[in-house]
Amino acid sequence: MTTTTAVSTGVAVRLENVSRRFGDLQALDGLDLDMSPGELVALLGPSGCGKTTALRILAGLEDADSGRILVGGKDIANVPVNRRDMGMVFQAYSLFPHLTAVENVEFGLRLRRQSAAARRRRARDMLDLVGIGTHADHYPQQLSGGQQQRVALARALAIQPQVLLLDEPLSALDAKVRIQLRDEIRRIQLEVGTTTLFVTHDQEEALALADRVGVMRAGRLEQIGSPEDIYRSPATGFVAEFVGLSNRFAGHVKDGGVEVLDTRLPLMNPGAVSSGPATALVRPESVEVTADPAGAGRVVAVSFLGPLSRVTVTLPDDTLVVAQVSSARLADLPPGTAVRVTLLPVPVVVSAA
Amino acid sequence: MAGLVRRRARRQRVLRWVIVTVLSIVFLLPLVALLEFTTRGPGGTLTWDTWRELFDFQQLSETYPVLWTGMKASFWLVLLSVALTLVLLVPTVVWVRLRLPRLRRLVEFVCLLPLTIPAIVLVVGLAPVYAWVVYFVGGSSLTLTFAYTILALPFAYRAIDTGLSAIDVRTLAEAARSLGAGWATVMWRVVLPNIRSAVLSAAFLTVALVLGEFTIASLLNRDNVQVAINQLGKSSATISFAVSLAALVLAFVLLFLLSFAGGKRRRSRRERTTS
Repeated sequence: MTTTTAVSTGVAVRLENVSRRFGDLQALDGLDLDMSPGELVALLGPSGCGKTTALRILAGLEDADSGRILVGGKDIANVPVNRRDMGMVFQAYSLFPHLTAVENVEFGLRLRRQSAAARRRRARDMLDLVGIGTHADHYPQQLSGGQQQRVALARALAIQPQVLLLDEPLSALDAKVRIQLRDEIRRIQLEVGTTTLFVTHDQEEALALADRVGVMRAGRLEQIGSPEDIYRSPATGFVAEFVGLSNRFAGHVKDGGVEVLDTRLPLMNPGAVSSGPATALVRPESVEVTADPAGAGRVVAVSFLGPLSRVTVTLPDDTLVVAQVSSARLADLPPGTAVRVTLLPVPVVVSAA
Repeated sequence: MAGLVRRRARRQRVLRWVIVTVLSIVFLLPLVALLEFTTRGPGGTLTWDTWRELFDFQQLSETYPVLWTGMKASFWLVLLSVALTLVLLVPTVVWVRLRLPRLRRLVEFVCLLPLTIPAIVLVVGLAPVYAWVVYFVGGSSLTLTFAYTILALPFAYRAIDTGLSAIDVRTLAEAARSLGAGWATVMWRVVLPNIRSAVLSAAFLTVALVLGEFTIASLLNRDNVQVAINQLGKSSATISFAVSLAALVLAFVLLFLLSFAGGKRRRSRRERTTS
């Protein structure tokens, strides 16, 4: 291994019907997950949904009560953590405080009995890869949070792991560093080609980073698919609400469509409610607001978000509706403006009212 | 305003020095008295004969065999007690933190227990236990190691537990494990280097405790330096006082080294930060 850019062909990872219970809490309830070689899968979900448990079981830090874990086709249930060959980055800062950055990266190589020269070279290469080569001789407490997580990533990748596990590595960082490091994790992951499992509760992070996003709820995968699939065609109300912002409208399902605000919208999940009253979940970008003195809605708040902004409107029945509008139009929509609310006829998710 | 602040600062400085001076006198006076007594020659002259005698081990062992035996026993007791305390306590406390966090309160309670039991009561309980110790490993004074390890538990536990609280042992251990380290490597390469000063202070506290222990050794009829001092005190007072002083000074020096070692580590860290 002379360069860090050589693409290693990742391995396939498969979790089969994995369950785990902690006391009264069913953390994982028959989880199935398939990861292709070199793929980056993000597990997304609220706290307590079992996403971290799934990652820790794959790492070997927890045992599954039942189910199989296959890495490269081999069942690794009985392989201890230290023989699983998985690189891991933790949410909490996990660098060894008594070692410098480069010594931290060398730690795993040293355990693999590489010669001092070889491991030092490899460690320096990895630090360069994560963009922190100039800080190689700093101790962890001399590095910022973002720098520490970069070193942790270099340390995890240095051992050329079969699988890379990222357990909310960005959640302790501030917003700007988070986005920067997020993009870099993706660049590096594509470069080294390691199969990667990324756990997060931040939907934006998951959508921006992953090849596929798995939304988890109560120990199961609610839906798994490309970020676009998850966002545009959520399979259930839970996914629609958890991923992206959704408005909830009272509507009426009839003949494979739902009537909301006098507009007939096609159904994304026709099986959920066959007919009768239902709640329709509508994305802010599917809601249009137009200033109209005769309109039933009234603008109550405006939040400027850059080129696009969000306008919150209240309807006569006290429903709050969030609409996404071009910021250029904000001048026409100050709080208090009477507006007409219309919906674009794109498919929506319904759940029983 | 500035004058007021300056006046207050000066008053505080004076107060500080008064306190330091008074405390120094309280602590040093007995030591100075000991030194004066051990250097008092015939007719009130100053002589260092006692001290020369004390550090001439050849002659000492011939003149005061009891003292020599006690000193040797104490030397080995110090080493063995420190070793046993650390070997027992460090892995236990780390393990409890990592794998059995619910047992932490219980372990803390058990470790602090010896502090609440008077030595005399402890001896009453230890006597029958030591009947078995004698049966299995013999009646050497070194068997006091077991009792001293128990006595040292509260101090050593506190020191090590504080050291462990300063680091995220669980995450560090998991990180090391995921990189391929077995438990022994985790202990040796990751945990120990990061609680070095805590382990050092546990060791020094144990040393100080063992050097000063008299009650249990005496009541169990074992020899150590304090028992020897007590016996000699009746026949040759000067040498026994000299040994007391030496033991005290040794303990002080160790405790000084301890705070120095901790301080030096912190200082070198800070230097690196500014580099």
